[in-house]
Amino acid sequence: MADPMRIRATAKDGTVNVKVLMSHEMETGQRKDANGKIVPAHFIQNVTAAHNGKVVLSAQWGPAIAKNPFLEFNFKGGKAGDKIQVTWTDNKGDKRTDEAAIN
Amino acid sequence: MKSRLHAAVGSMLAGGALLAALSSNAAAQSAVDEIAKYRQQLQDGNPADLWEARGEDLWKRKGGPKKASLEGCDLGKGAGVVKGAYAELPKYFADADRVMDLETRLVHCMVTLQGYTLADATKRPFGAGSNRSDIEALTAFVTAESKGVTMNVALNHEKEKEAFRLGEKIFFFRGGPHDFACATCHGETGKRIRLQDLPNLTEKGGAQLAYTTWPAYRVSQGELRTFQWRLNDCFRQQRFPELKFTSEASIALTTFLARNANGAPFNAPAIKR
Amino acid sequence: MDQMRRNTLRAGGGAGLLALLAAAGIMRPGELLAADWNKAAFEVKTMPDAFKAMGAGSPASSADIVMRAADIAENGAVVPVGVESRISGTESISILVDKNPTPLAASFDIPAGTDPSVTTRVKLGQTSDVYALVKANGKYYVAKKEIKVTIGGCGG
Repeated sequence: MADPMRIRATAKDGTVNVKVLMSHEMETGQRKDANGKIVPAHFIQNVTAAHNGKVVLSAQWGPAIAKNPFLEFNFKGGKAGDKIQVTWTDNKGDKRTDEAAIN
Repeated sequence: MKSRLHAAVGSMLAGGALLAALSSNAAAQSAVDEIAKYRQQLQDGNPADLWEARGEDLWKRKGGPKKASLEGCDLGKGAGVVKGAYAELPKYFADADRVMDLETRLVHCMVTLQGYTLADATKRPFGAGSNRSDIEALTAFVTAESKGVTMNVALNHEKEKEAFRLGEKIFFFRGGPHDFACATCHGETGKRIRLQDLPNLTEKGGAQLAYTTWPAYRVSQGELRTFQWRLNDCFRQQRFPELKFTSEASIALTTFLARNANGAPFNAPAIKR
Repeated sequence: MDQMRRNTLRAGGGAGLLALLAAAGIMRPGELLAADWNKAAFEVKTMPDAFKAMGAGSPASSADIVMRAADIAENGAVVPVGVESRISGTESISILVDKNPTPLAASFDIPAGTDPSVTTRVKLGQTSDVYALVKANGKYYVAKKEIKVTIGGCGG
């Protein structure tokens, strides 16, 4: 089970700034281990952020996103106290959803 | 004729060299600026947060043979007080009759409160990928609770003074196949390895800047690294014998370096290259 | 072009269905879109092939795409890149790294109400041009910036 994400969402003048940190190896599938064997690719492929059930950002990622990924974006229409929900799914089918209140 | 040609070629070469020197100076300056920009962009969103969150959970969760949490652990400011504790470490603990840094104290609490054996508590001081270190996570959590707190390491107890003296001695001790000391790299201002400026730890500003920015998330490793790791890796690079985790030598060096950082606000977990 | 339209239509249908299911409380957002990953675009090895797989063809250069990144990265494993599109009607923003084994790093769909600006961190195997590809009103635009990669310190 993957670790929880760290989601920070702050509202200012009707715009919500969202910053997300995810705990993930983001293994490229190009690296060899100490025994010379390729470490299989393991990376987040899809990320979706939703506010009150409405998708505010969706992303497709490849293995070139850095380990322990960071994502920042802004959307309009949210206010303090609203919930923002972020889900990621990786190429092995692992998945994680976390929620945070907007400050 | 021949000499005129030589002179002309000479001045062309000189001009060329000057141009090259000028442009490489400008390039060096812009490289420094751009690296500063790179570092700045990393500040916002430090994956160390992920370690802090896991550490907080480990601190509060009941664990070990005694099914106890670490919330009863005395980090020097009373049982369970985490806020500001790191800014006063290392310090002398009467219950153990020795000076301890944070990592050593955490191990002590895992043994005394949670019932782990010393071997179990110290089996993974540094994590690597999926082999994660609880000590690193706990250290991230505890140190984050000292963010902004002024470094204030006391040398009151005789054993604290002794640790400081020993740490100073180790810092300047030359040895190993390269006749190296910590001071070889960190005893002068303006030294660097490739693009990295090396802090001069014998001078207040350098000691403060260096000590108050560990632990740190190292982007080159994708791991959060503690001060014990920093010292361990410096010893490796000096080709010294391995610095044993939580050893007297490691605590003494930490005491010396932490004390020299007194007066500066603690500013970690940080993020570094 | 047809492939692109189909993708667009499918994404549009998916989003609509998703909103419906989410509104009905049946489905959590993200659970449906998870299957939508452009395998071909992520696996091709050259920029032109990536553009082609994304339906972008030969995108026009645009000065209205702003890339926020330092000229030099102290470590290629983590390179902050922000992309802001000032082109009205921006629907998606993608980041591609020319010299990586597979150039496409990320693609973001920007729904109405979300600023056409995203920041993330990518890996660069070596010094490379980094491209920001923007889709707006069905058309594709591109901007690029070279980012140099250094290795610092004692290595580790």
